Amino acid sequence: MDRRFTLLSLALTAACAAYLFWGLGASWQFVLSLRTGKLAGMLLVGAAVAVATVLFQTVSRNRILTPQIMGFDALYILMQTALVASLGLSGFAGLAAPVKFTVEVVIMIAASLVLFGTLLGRAGQDVARLILTGVILGVLFRSAAGFLARLLDPNAFAVVQYASFASFARVNTDLLPIAALLTCGAIGLALWVAPRLDVLALGRPIAISLGLAHDRLMLLALALVAVLVSVATALVGPIAFFGLIVAGLAHEAAGTHRHARLLPMAMLIAGILLVGGQTLFERALGLQSTLSVVIEFVGGLFFLWLLLRGRIR
Amino acid sequence: MIEVQGVSHQIGKTPILSDITLRLPKGKLTALIGPNGAGKSTLLSLTGRLMALQAGQIRVDGSDIGTTDTRALAKQMAILSQSNPLGSRLRVRELVSFGRWPHHQGRPGPRDAELVKQALEDMDLTALADRFLDALSGGQRQRSFIAMTLAQGADWLLLDEPLAALDMAHARGVMARLAGLRDAGRSIVVVLHDINHAAVWADHIVAMKSGRIAAEGPPAQVCTAEVLGAIYDMDLQVMQVEGKPLVLHHL
Repeated sequence: MDRRFTLLSLALTAACAAYLFWGLGASWQFVLSLRTGKLAGMLLVGAAVAVATVLFQTVSRNRILTPQIMGFDALYILMQTALVASLGLSGFAGLAAPVKFTVEVVIMIAASLVLFGTLLGRAGQDVARLILTGVILGVLFRSAAGFLARLLDPNAFAVVQYASFASFARVNTDLLPIAALLTCGAIGLALWVAPRLDVLALGRPIAISLGLAHDRLMLLALALVAVLVSVATALVGPIAFFGLIVAGLAHEAAGTHRHARLLPMAMLIAGILLVGGQTLFERALGLQSTLSVVIEFVGGLFFLWLLLRGRIR
Repeated sequence: MIEVQGVSHQIGKTPILSDITLRLPKGKLTALIGPNGAGKSTLLSLTGRLMALQAGQIRVDGSDIGTTDTRALAKQMAILSQSNPLGSRLRVRELVSFGRWPHHQGRPGPRDAELVKQALEDMDLTALADRFLDALSGGQRQRSFIAMTLAQGADWLLLDEPLAALDMAHARGVMARLAGLRDAGRSIVVVLHDINHAAVWADHIVAMKSGRIAAEGPPAQVCTAEVLGAIYDMDLQVMQVEGKPLVLHHL
């Protein structure tokens, strides 16, 4: 049991070391500081996506859903576009990054609680309806964002475009301190309520019979998901299927339903995949910013495999 | 004692329960019977705080379920509903262990392990303890959920159709076990569809029809051809076998 944990930790350390020190070259101080920022960003994104996906799958009692499939990140992009459209390019650029980001996260939490809280409350038992509603909401948010983007001038459009494509090579390092603070806070809270999440996964009637404040915990978990998805999307842009791979692998590797073990496992796996993959692409293969495409491709295949294996539960 | 006072409930505009006032005796095995759609499950869910009360008040041994802390209530009362879709893939032992959660909040001790073992034995599950729930038959799953409810060790057990999907032998086994718990001082409320199980094992029967109490009393009083015939709108005969009423409803 604990051997897997140690092995994964070692693998993550090795991946981080390889990313930092492989092919440093002459101006090593500059390169190292650049890489450290990117590495921190990738680790944050990995941890955020991992925890968000596991939490979301627990709340929705479904192993093929991710917050992204349900349109969480589309909501974030819509908000970005709306901000640029309403404030104008200079107004948008004039906002201090941490302030803007905090306000965005607060709006995300409120919006996702209203949308997904009611959705999960009412249709929680009905998987087909849940997925369909999520897909429709996602399309709605994307179309609304697309419509707003068409109204923008080309410069503003370029800014929105930049925020809407995932790239692990181009981590938005200005946001790192505030993102780190939010991510660590949210993950800490998730780990603290981990034993209660185990009970939540038993379904509403049993959880209530066991004395869990079910509805309150569900809303807390959704708020955490909103924070973590906002962080990940703000740092590298939307990534749809990465969380699915991570949560799937974590369930296999952890071999338990206990969140206290599942969550750290998922974070480790996410870190290894991102940092290891990026090292491989950037250094060994000399390619730039294609990791997200590969991850999405593999993740999509994994999603299909889950569907075909009938593991929708 | 569970006191239900002036409870009404509607879903949309359809009335499910109309002004129910009822007292369920402590230390007894009470059966809730009645035709489909009579409101039995709704009444049980409201009592077990699975649904929010719309009108009226329910008290369990004096604690108002609307205002009492849900954690404290979990030690007083355990409820098992009809369908229990799980989000995680669990083994039988893991599921039953969750029954102790109200007492240890995630940190089980040796006493908890002992009670879980006892509940597994009581429900004839020891041989299946390490199997995954999704690899079990409906009846075996049902027994696992009942075992979890037993392990919770609450004074009140509210069970919604615990005999659904059970074979004859296990159905009788579960009823006998519930009667044993009653003898040990627990209070049990159970929704039953098999009227004969209610007639033989229950101390008190509450018959419902269209959201109202249609009859209430000991089995000998409720299980008569006139009373049951009026509740279910059908002709039936009642015989006496070894001093217990036997309802012939399938002829």
